[in-house]
Amino acid sequence: MDYVPHTEEDQKQMMKTIGIGSIEELFIDIPGKYWLRRLLDLPPALSEQETFQIMNNIGSQNIIADFCLMGAGAYYHYVPAVVRHVISRCEFYTAYTPYQAEISQGILQAIYEYQTMIARLTGMQVANASMYDGASAMAEAAVLAAKTLNRTRIVVIRSIHPEYREVVRTYAWANGYEVIETGYNATGQLDKEDLKSAVDDNTAAVLVQSPNFFGVIEDIAAIEQVVHGSGALLVAGFTEATSLGILKPAGEMGADFVVGEGQAFGNPLNFGGPYLGILASMDKFLRKIPGRLAGATVDKDGRRGFVLTLQTREQHIRREKATSNICSNEALCALAAAVYLVSMGKNLKKLAILNIQKAQYLKKKLSAIPGWETVFPGPTYNEFTICCPDPHLVNKKLQDKGIVGGYDLSESYPELEGCLLFCATEMIKSEDIDDVVSIIAG
Amino acid sequence: MKLIFEKSCPGRSASGIPACDVPDCKVEEVIDQKLLRENVDLPEVAEVDLVRHYMQLSRRNFGVDIGFYPLGSCTMKYSPKVHEETASLSGFTALHPYAPADFVQGALKLMYEMRQYLSEICGMADFTLQPAAGAHGELTGIMIFKKYFEKKGEKRTKILIPDAAHGTNPASGALCGFQVVEVLSNTEGDIDIGHLKELMSEETAGLMLTNPNTLGLFERDIEEIAAIVHDRGGLLYCDGANMNALMGVARPGDMGFDVIHLNLHKTFSAPHGCGGPGSGPLGVKAHLVDFLPIPRIVKDGDRYEWSQDYPDTIGRIKSFYGNFNVMVKAYTYIRSVGPEGLKRTAEMAVLNANYIKERLKPYFRLPYDRACMHECVFSVERQAKESGVHASDIAKRLIDYGIHPPTIYFPLIVPEAMMIEPTETESRDTLDAFCDTMIVIAGEAKEYPERIKAAPLTTPVKRLDEVLAARKPDVCWHK
Repeated sequence: MDYVPHTEEDQKQMMKTIGIGSIEELFIDIPGKYWLRRLLDLPPALSEQETFQIMNNIGSQNIIADFCLMGAGAYYHYVPAVVRHVISRCEFYTAYTPYQAEISQGILQAIYEYQTMIARLTGMQVANASMYDGASAMAEAAVLAAKTLNRTRIVVIRSIHPEYREVVRTYAWANGYEVIETGYNATGQLDKEDLKSAVDDNTAAVLVQSPNFFGVIEDIAAIEQVVHGSGALLVAGFTEATSLGILKPAGEMGADFVVGEGQAFGNPLNFGGPYLGILASMDKFLRKIPGRLAGATVDKDGRRGFVLTLQTREQHIRREKATSNICSNEALCALAAAVYLVSMGKNLKKLAILNIQKAQYLKKKLSAIPGWETVFPGPTYNEFTICCPDPHLVNKKLQDKGIVGGYDLSESYPELEGCLLFCATEMIKSEDIDDVVSIIAG
Repeated sequence: MKLIFEKSCPGRSASGIPACDVPDCKVEEVIDQKLLRENVDLPEVAEVDLVRHYMQLSRRNFGVDIGFYPLGSCTMKYSPKVHEETASLSGFTALHPYAPADFVQGALKLMYEMRQYLSEICGMADFTLQPAAGAHGELTGIMIFKKYFEKKGEKRTKILIPDAAHGTNPASGALCGFQVVEVLSNTEGDIDIGHLKELMSEETAGLMLTNPNTLGLFERDIEEIAAIVHDRGGLLYCDGANMNALMGVARPGDMGFDVIHLNLHKTFSAPHGCGGPGSGPLGVKAHLVDFLPIPRIVKDGDRYEWSQDYPDTIGRIKSFYGNFNVMVKAYTYIRSVGPEGLKRTAEMAVLNANYIKERLKPYFRLPYDRACMHECVFSVERQAKESGVHASDIAKRLIDYGIHPPTIYFPLIVPEAMMIEPTETESRDTLDAFCDTMIVIAGEAKEYPERIKAAPLTTPVKRLDEVLAARKPDVCWHK
């Protein structure tokens, strides 16, 4: 079925108004040799009912895990009912970017509130209305730093999410920048000496992530001087947004930009997307940061209202001088995040603590299995790295019981052969953890 | 209206956290105090306050489900509700991106077939679904240009972009290190072939062309354009934002385009969510397939898997695989409308735009008077000269009549531009009501210009001071 409302009579009358005798005449500007004189080779049209059944069938070819011990950049959290309820309002989800402010006050105010909450959580003065995801937010911050400082070296810590590093490399390559990777130490935190030797006066940005990909929390304040001493900018990332509820904000530890994945704030796993990139910065970068910004102003009667502001930063004005080309963002995901954060309120800290407690329990139980050993002694949030005799077999056993196991770190870190990255959120129950242990032992 | 922060009251809460069922542990013993924060400064409201706050906000917003939304270049078609239902199935929403391949065969199959469908629709060899939005697709496409010439060992430093192009095009070119060179349009709204010939050199990577272009016109010289670009070793990029005009009618791949990005949130009926999430798949011809981002899905018998093994890839441009949930909606759309439906979609989108063009032509200046495709571009120049009523005034007046304004002041080559894209989902009644309103406004512009300049009068706020917003930015609330 198509969704065209025209009756035959409508079509006839409209053609008459236009002055054409056939629909083909509308396409006379397309050279005849390019006319597709056949139907597209696609499956035939379906009624709504049939469509739904087919989609339901495809959906059920996927196996929904009983629970998930996998984090690694995508986190399984409870989403309060209010989130879905709000983002299902058609006034929000069927609107375009709020170009016409007077009929877009709803989303503009919601985004202004989102920006404020993100700024508070990250310890920054400014947050934008969202980026595509955590990885592209990090890459764009790096590119922005390089363009701003007119330097070409970007230093990334090896303990950053492997896919984030890949995205940074792609963006850096396209812009002609060099990416230098520095290591981590036995605690699982970044190697400060290695970092020191990599940072030079051509370094635009140092990228770090906390918690890092091994789940270890970094001491960002400890590297602030190394980075700023060389005139570079410090880009601090995170993969797990709920950690912001308990960890000291990077903005209070000297970061110039905070970038990260906001999925954990009220957005389902969705097989990897859509998620939302969080990007926050110090005030001095306000006129440079990519993406959209909602700003408060007044109308001609002096009433408070909101507009998309500082649009001169945006590609559609600056065009070839742009430092970013982002246009569409992840507004509805940002709205979900905003609703989630309002719903959580002060409880975000309690939730974060619960995540730590669950992960500590899982860590304790797993490391008690003979031959299992935690790898990094550094402090962790809801993920940790553990070494075991046969990671492949472990994941296979869990998979057979309908459980998504840990992330096999040897895929991205050959030196971490035998190591799995596990995650426990508030969704894991105590008995689930006990089950996991007996499945592995069995 | 109050901000959520202004409604906050210490001690209120809209959520509860489950009791801890594992042995308690002191956070300070796990994480050094210096790495911990003291307080979380978020609003404290009850659930009912939260819901009313966002319901009030929603009532201050306008979506396609509320009324006509002819925002040019944005293809604001009605999105069938079944898309929302299928995309909400837990079989899609609950999948972890790193779940074992055995758990996600349905998702991989959907993505694999989506690539095939889009390839067939556009006449391309393959697609990547990784880009998160149209501009992201563009960036990916131009990265592929760059990689292609790197591989060939050719140093090409420039990229050609028409003066009518979307603003993202030059930005995408610049972000891949290309010098952006503007190609002029001619008086009929086509690209100036002479100028293109002059500019297209061995130093030029190629041309980014929107077809139909942003004037809503089909580039009639496409065959010659492709030949000029290809003869000098360049590549031809198609900004597919306007693909709604062509589906099932003609294929960019057949016209010589090497690369195309699509906007699933425009052409393929996924709603735009106030500015995202979108999805910007990128299609390429066979000679560029090796450069596509990784990972890519491979099919082995009946089984689907991810593969990373493509040494010439540009790399990864996003974490995971793209905006999967948006793909589910677009896939649902393609399956439900089928090949006849896609063709009829394009035909009726073009019929609707031409209908508006004909009805409004006597009242507004039509800078390029020829058959348009899915959108038509008028100029308000006459009204501006005669009575000082500008495109932005007419836009604001339309709001008072319950209609979302068209795109204004774009494309840049048309002064006082008004770009109207009705889409195929709008009935003749809706189009007539819109045209009648525009005609009334054209009359008002002559007789009561002050009324238009005062618009909108029916909205919760009147015209907002954008200059103040930019001069004294307030993007974060402080007590």
